[in-house]
Amino acid sequence: MSKSHITTTINGDVREFLCDPSDTLLSVLRDNLGLTGTKEGCGTGDCGACSVTVNGRLVCSCLVLGVEAEGAEIGTVEGIGSSDKLHVIQQKFLEHAALQCGICTPGLIVSTKALLEENPNPTEDEARYYLAGNLCRCTGYDKIIRAVLDSAETLRGAA
Amino acid sequence: MVSVVYEAPDSIQDAVKLLATSKVKANVLAGGTDLLVQMRGQHEPRLIVDVKKIASMMAANVSADGVALGPAVPSAELSARDDIKAIFPGLVEAAYLIGSTQVQGRCSVGGNLCNSSPAADTIPALIANRAQCVIEGPDGERTVAVEDFVTGVQRNCMTKGELLTMIKLPQPAPRTSDAYLRFIPRTEMDIAVAGAGVSITLGEDGTCTDARVAIGAVAVTALLVPEAAAALIGSKLDDAALQAAADAASAASKPITDRRGTIEYRKHVVGVLVKRAAKIAAERAGG
Repeated sequence: MSKSHITTTINGDVREFLCDPSDTLLSVLRDNLGLTGTKEGCGTGDCGACSVTVNGRLVCSCLVLGVEAEGAEIGTVEGIGSSDKLHVIQQKFLEHAALQCGICTPGLIVSTKALLEENPNPTEDEARYYLAGNLCRCTGYDKIIRAVLDSAETLRGAA
Repeated sequence: MVSVVYEAPDSIQDAVKLLATSKVKANVLAGGTDLLVQMRGQHEPRLIVDVKKIASMMAANVSADGVALGPAVPSAELSARDDIKAIFPGLVEAAYLIGSTQVQGRCSVGGNLCNSSPAADTIPALIANRAQCVIEGPDGERTVAVEDFVTGVQRNCMTKGELLTMIKLPQPAPRTSDAYLRFIPRTEMDIAVAGAGVSITLGEDGTCTDARVAIGAVAVTALLVPEAAAALIGSKLDDAALQAAADAASAASKPITDRRGTIEYRKHVVGVLVKRAAKIAAERAGG
């Protein structure tokens, strides 16, 4: 069986990889490219831990095939902030203690960024519905929603 | 090792040829939100035909004839189309109810139809709106009314080599609108316990001159309920007419008892949903 050769753009950089046609984008990101910020939770599109953007659209990378990345623009949590300068959303998650075990956090950061790009001034209800596909078993969501709304306010002030 | 072959043709013709000549199990890939879950842990040889490179599968065009909906258009894109929402608000709402924001980015009305789940949200809305399914196969093209498309639990009328290429929604008569409602025990991210899609046409004096009622998750397939529509037509959608439509829907339903709800509960709830959806559709049609 032959591997597929895929050329894609991840966080603005052109990347190439070989994968089996049945490999998910999630497994390619983690196992082939070493981008382990994207987490596997359920593997069936229910938990949102593997959230990434494909051509600007928020998706679960466990429900995308690696071969579908050909020619696409992928955005992962590694493209948000840097080790010496956190993104506002990351900073606000820390300030509000919006995480405990941290498995859901990369997916929530990616989803929150997508939310605020679509809707810079969400109501609490809008934020909760938009993020309903990102499950967190530790926090009870309240601190997450506070961090999201505070991020929105800070980003609006900076714009 | 799993021997899976992936193809992404750019024409309907090539897709049909691939599907028709495959010697192994062949699956059409649109958004993959059902297919990739079904493929987990499966180790059989398989051909995956990704149809998202075919322009017509990913386009939705509004014309005087109605809406020609590419089956693979993602729900997120459909939800952002105000021109389609203006004609078929209930159908767009049904598509918006599927899954999370992430799932919306990939899932499609055509995928929802072809996956043929009894609880699919878009199917009652498509039936209420008289959708026609255009199917291309090795022997040419045929058109099937959407209420005849699904034949059982995860079964439909398509045979080997066939591809759903277009969902045609005829332009509704003036003063017509639709609504889709479902009941779930949570507020978000769940599968319908019962669902109802209703289309209502009003005369100048507010009399209901035409109606279509379809119900979901209460039988092995979504059902068109002509008796419920008949109860509405000719009325001013007063309480007695709405109750008669609800009773007809409850009577037509053949639900099962499972962990989401009992037979008795589902029969009752589907009637309530028909009543409420008819009211919303009528408000929209009159507005």
